[in-house]
Amino acid sequence: MSEFLQQLLNGLSLGAIYALIALGYTMVYGVLRFINFAHSDVFMVGAFIGYYLGKLVPENTVWGGLVVLLAAMIGCAVLGMVIERLAYRPLRGAATLNVLITAIGVSLLLEYSGQVFFGATPRTFPAVFPSSNYSFGSLVISSNQILVIVVAALLMVALQLIVYRTKIGTAMRAVSLNPKAAQLVGVNNDVVISFTFGLGSALAGAGGILYALNYPSIDPLMGVMPGLKAFVAAVLGGIGNIPGAALGGLLLGTVETFVNGSQWSTYKDAIAFAILIIILLFRPAGLLGKFTVEKV
Amino acid sequence: MISLLSRLVRQLPVLSPSPSLSLSLSLLLSLSAASAAAAESIKFGHFASLTGKEAAFGLASSKGIRLAVEELNAAGGILGRKVEYLVEDIQSKQGESATAVKKLLSRDKVVAILGGNPSTNSLEAAPLCQNAKIPMMAISSTNPKVTEVGDYIFRICFIDPFQGAVLAKFAHENLQSRRLALLTSVTPYGIGLSNVLRQRFTALGGQIVLEQKYAEGDKDFKAQLTALRALKPDVIAATGYYTEAALICLQARALGFDIPIIGGDGWEAPQLAELGGKAVEGTFYSTHYAATNSAPEVQSFVKNYRARWDHETPEGVAALAYDAMKLYADAMTRAGSTDGVKVRAALAATKDFPGITGRTTMDAQRNSSKPAIILTVKNGRTEFVTAVAP
Repeated sequence: MSEFLQQLLNGLSLGAIYALIALGYTMVYGVLRFINFAHSDVFMVGAFIGYYLGKLVPENTVWGGLVVLLAAMIGCAVLGMVIERLAYRPLRGAATLNVLITAIGVSLLLEYSGQVFFGATPRTFPAVFPSSNYSFGSLVISSNQILVIVVAALLMVALQLIVYRTKIGTAMRAVSLNPKAAQLVGVNNDVVISFTFGLGSALAGAGGILYALNYPSIDPLMGVMPGLKAFVAAVLGGIGNIPGAALGGLLLGTVETFVNGSQWSTYKDAIAFAILIIILLFRPAGLLGKFTVEKV
Repeated sequence: MISLLSRLVRQLPVLSPSPSLSLSLSLLLSLSAASAAAAESIKFGHFASLTGKEAAFGLASSKGIRLAVEELNAAGGILGRKVEYLVEDIQSKQGESATAVKKLLSRDKVVAILGGNPSTNSLEAAPLCQNAKIPMMAISSTNPKVTEVGDYIFRICFIDPFQGAVLAKFAHENLQSRRLALLTSVTPYGIGLSNVLRQRFTALGGQIVLEQKYAEGDKDFKAQLTALRALKPDVIAATGYYTEAALICLQARALGFDIPIIGGDGWEAPQLAELGGKAVEGTFYSTHYAATNSAPEVQSFVKNYRARWDHETPEGVAALAYDAMKLYADAMTRAGSTDGVKVRAALAATKDFPGITGRTTMDAQRNSSKPAIILTVKNGRTEFVTAVAP
């Protein structure tokens, strides 16, 4: 039983990170109807911002950790907006495929520029937050795991509030529903899209820091696998749907952890993707997605 | 250039009015060609990960080889010819070893190949060297399959059956372990080492409580460790490379799992202590040599290496690479040639070659038998624990 609880906890802390990255995919998809493949590399840049900044702030302090987290989120938000401005905005109105290929191009650009500027050798991420372990019987919880779950939950609630309770959130939903109509009633689409990228990238930045705290070996290609998993999580939950992305991330993280702890650990990715295929067979729009017939 | 001129000479009799002139010209040219060959350097090709997550092995071996090459050239080279060292970066990626070795063999025309470190890389490169009849000296690939590829494939290190036996004995006797848990990296190296460990440890009367697997490049091991923890082992053996080993130690300690963790030579890299920090304190691993060995040849090597490479203390891989280069020089001198066939025969006949990592004698399977050293991490530095002879 305690083993089950421990695995559940391990799975939730991994899933929370997937969920944070998945939110960025799903938000951009919701507004622009395309997959921003560069998102997983923004996640990597977030971790590297933390790496360089973590050397400047004192280690093992809460405020130092929060400064690093906030700086990575701001840095990534700016990067996300710059990417949108330079790579995606000129293609506004072009076929979705063109934008998709551009997204892959941006992703490769970030990965390999990362190898040039940061070097390809893995770096050790500094311990920016104080860490300790709490044990309840044989259940052990590390402060980093709690941090991941709490920060992820807070950010998801904040995101939900922004999308449903603020003016810009309403504008985002309007653009998502019908960009032309939104423009007609006075919504500045460029600002809204830019904001969406900034918000999604900030979440990726936070994900990068939380991931690096738990797995402190970082390199420029570190975003590839978590990015792919988060993408799967977003599709699993119903792409374009914010609670769906969170649910998909947690589900994927938990399943992966349970498979990893079993005798079939080497098949963990195969099993995770098989689950995706099965769910999509029965619910093509994902767990929480609404299936809509494309109007001609 | 020379080939172009000689082609011209071959056509000369047709063009030239006097045959004697063409004869003297071709004589002149062949003479100059011969002297050019004498001055031509001997090219050695090395494939290694200079970047990526296995870069520590590649960089250390490259430094070891460079030091050996510089020493050889300072002493007049091999057979009176300068030694030229070419290195290809395989970026810690699968498939790159074959590409790198193909380039070294066909474009650079090297006379011998040095490398690789992980057994996977050597297994990729070995068939190419075997087909080209160019000897290959694996540096730290301990999986027995590597030299089974063919008679041109050698290795300078011990093999996993020996390393596994040493680790099993160490766990059973020194750590008093009776319940060993295996955390196997799914690579030829990890699987090979885990298999031997399982056999030897059970033969000693111990019990393998559980084997869990992971892939290289994985970052999360909490699930496997939680499953292991439930069965209460007294020692964990993690048979992968240093990046994963450090993460395993970190996550084991974060789960409140305080039993000793042991590993093979894949653990040895400065990154182990850098990444693992306090979590790798008190872990043990087997390797090829100890820098604290007081033998004069070891101490002079450590001194030269530190002087050449910015006060860095050489690790097992660097010492093996240095020995590999020196062994090639020795074999070529004995063969009196750089021809692949002759060098191969000389290498196969190697007996008691004195190196930094002990005396090398090539057995019938072209493996070296060497003693293994057990090291432990203490205060961020490695310390010698014990040496086990084959």
